[in-house]
Amino acid sequence: MNIISGWGSRVRGLFADTKGPWGSGSGSGSGGGSEPPPDDGQGAGPWGEPPRKRRAGLNPAANVASLDELLRKRLRFGGGGGGGGGLPTRPSGALIFWAVLGFIALWLVFTSIHSISPGQRGVVLRFGRYSSTLGPGVGITLPSPIDRVTKIDVENIRNIDLGSDDANDLMLTGDQNLIDIAYQVRWNIRTPELYLFQLAQPDETIREVAESAMRSVVSRVSLNDAMGDRRAEIEAQVAESMQRILDSYRAGIQVQGIAIKQADPPAAVNDAFKQVTASQQKAQSYINGANAYALQLRQKAQGDATAFDKVYEQYKLAPEVTRRRMYYETMEQVLSKVDKTIIEAPGITPYLPLPQVQKSTQQQEAQQ
Amino acid sequence: MDFIHRRPLMAAGLLVLLLGLLLSAFPIIPETKQAVVVRFGKPVAVLNQFEAGRPIGAAGAGISFRIPFIDQIVWIDKRVQDVDMQRQQVISTDQRRLEVDAFARYRIVDPLLMYIRAGTEAQLTEQLRPILGSEVRNELGRIEFAQLLTPERQGIMDSVRTSLNKIARQYGVEVLDVRIKRTDLPDGAPLSAAFDRMRTAREQEARSILAEGGKQAQIIRAQADADAARVYAASFGKDPDFYDFYRAMQSYQITFIGDGQEKASPTTIVLSPQNDYLKEFSGRPR
Repeated sequence: MNIISGWGSRVRGLFADTKGPWGSGSGSGSGGGSEPPPDDGQGAGPWGEPPRKRRAGLNPAANVASLDELLRKRLRFGGGGGGGGGLPTRPSGALIFWAVLGFIALWLVFTSIHSISPGQRGVVLRFGRYSSTLGPGVGITLPSPIDRVTKIDVENIRNIDLGSDDANDLMLTGDQNLIDIAYQVRWNIRTPELYLFQLAQPDETIREVAESAMRSVVSRVSLNDAMGDRRAEIEAQVAESMQRILDSYRAGIQVQGIAIKQADPPAAVNDAFKQVTASQQKAQSYINGANAYALQLRQKAQGDATAFDKVYEQYKLAPEVTRRRMYYETMEQVLSKVDKTIIEAPGITPYLPLPQVQKSTQQQEAQQ
Repeated sequence: MDFIHRRPLMAAGLLVLLLGLLLSAFPIIPETKQAVVVRFGKPVAVLNQFEAGRPIGAAGAGISFRIPFIDQIVWIDKRVQDVDMQRQQVISTDQRRLEVDAFARYRIVDPLLMYIRAGTEAQLTEQLRPILGSEVRNELGRIEFAQLLTPERQGIMDSVRTSLNKIARQYGVEVLDVRIKRTDLPDGAPLSAAFDRMRTAREQEARSILAEGGKQAQIIRAQADADAARVYAASFGKDPDFYDFYRAMQSYQITFIGDGQEKASPTTIVLSPQNDYLKEFSGRPR
């Protein structure tokens, strides 16, 4: 208490000082020594108002000897209804009283009624301690210095993009290959009070947990799986693993999903991967050719066999006749289209000018 | 009242002073902070200390009391903090190198101990970081390279957490979780060797795909040949003698006339009257 009384006397001294605290005209304020420093912003508001006004009015009157003299001076000026000593202050005092009252009423209204939009929750702190969470709609709390409301978006789904911007950001897969993965984490706040009070850096935490979970899942699968059809499975595993870790921190965060936007081999070995694709195409074309051949061959076999069967059916009805008929028909067809020579005597064959015969045939054909 | 009218400025000053005193005597402890009350340098109380399992808003935070000007409050975060390890190189038992990034999540559970042993939170982080680094290096250095990439990694991290926790306890800190964020091959030779391996593996794959395709094509063709043979045999086998004749007729046509698409080369046939086809030339003896 010694200190306070000491301060009190110091304050008194200040006011009594003939120079006056504002004598220098610097206007650095009376606050210097007497006003306790911090955190009374709200509290000082209504009550701090009147003196501040006077202070403003004071500045022009530079060399006043004392407060009373000052007040008298102001009265003489008769300026805009300011207060003063003695009787004349009473009506304006009432004015101040009503102004303060109105201010307080407004204050109460504005700081105790909160409208919370559908996607939001309002976390209410009573003197810094968490007291409740307001749902959407209009929420009523105690006025400001007592209750404070922090509005938090819970429905809004936030995105974090990870990976791949940096060319060196490669992940190791289970078969010790490297893969270049870019993915997105979607999340929202499930429990606003946990989100606010549990983690020092929630966003950074989500990012790190996502990276850790993704790398640990990728390290369990092979490169081909990660690039190919097990992507969906990886996404689900990462989301599940992230959720488990964040829950263990009680982060109040719901992981909505992971989307792998890109999973490619590193640029340095991309050509080799393209080669694989090319040889897959080539192998497929081999197989296609073989299939075409097989189809053709089978059809031909079917056709030949069926034709034979048909003829054979007829042949069985009259074998000898059919056989002769086919023989003659074939011979007709063949012999009518070729040059024929019939030779009676045996042994003459070597002397036949066969090349000439052939030549003449060719000439005939050429003429045709 | 009279005093206020006579000395309004002084009255206001006194009021503000009183209010300030009041506020400093009843500090507001937020949910996110723990407070160590220090009286002339000696810690006397801990406010809003973390307790496991206590729901948010249960007790602790809120308005508290201290003696103004005598008790100072040291604020210490109550939330889960993180400490990032400097990226470092780990050498596995099989002498392979890996660059590792790890992080730990911790919470100050004994703010008093933490205040005494470490002072500020920044200093605490500075002390925990190298410890985390060396623990990670020690644990990972005990295993083989391949294991670093496998699910067993989680077990390893648990043991890192346990040993880190032992040290962190001395600072009033509980380590919740240690995780490897990244494991990368170091730049230079190991990385390019990995790329080479990947490249050659792909080349091998490409060739084996081609060979596989060729093999399949061969099998398909052979199967088709076999099928055709079976169909032919089933049909022609009914009467081999007739087939021989039938096929001979077809063969003559194709050989001498063409198969319908291509014309056969011109032919001259020399026939003897003894030929069976010309047997009627001589007039059949009756």
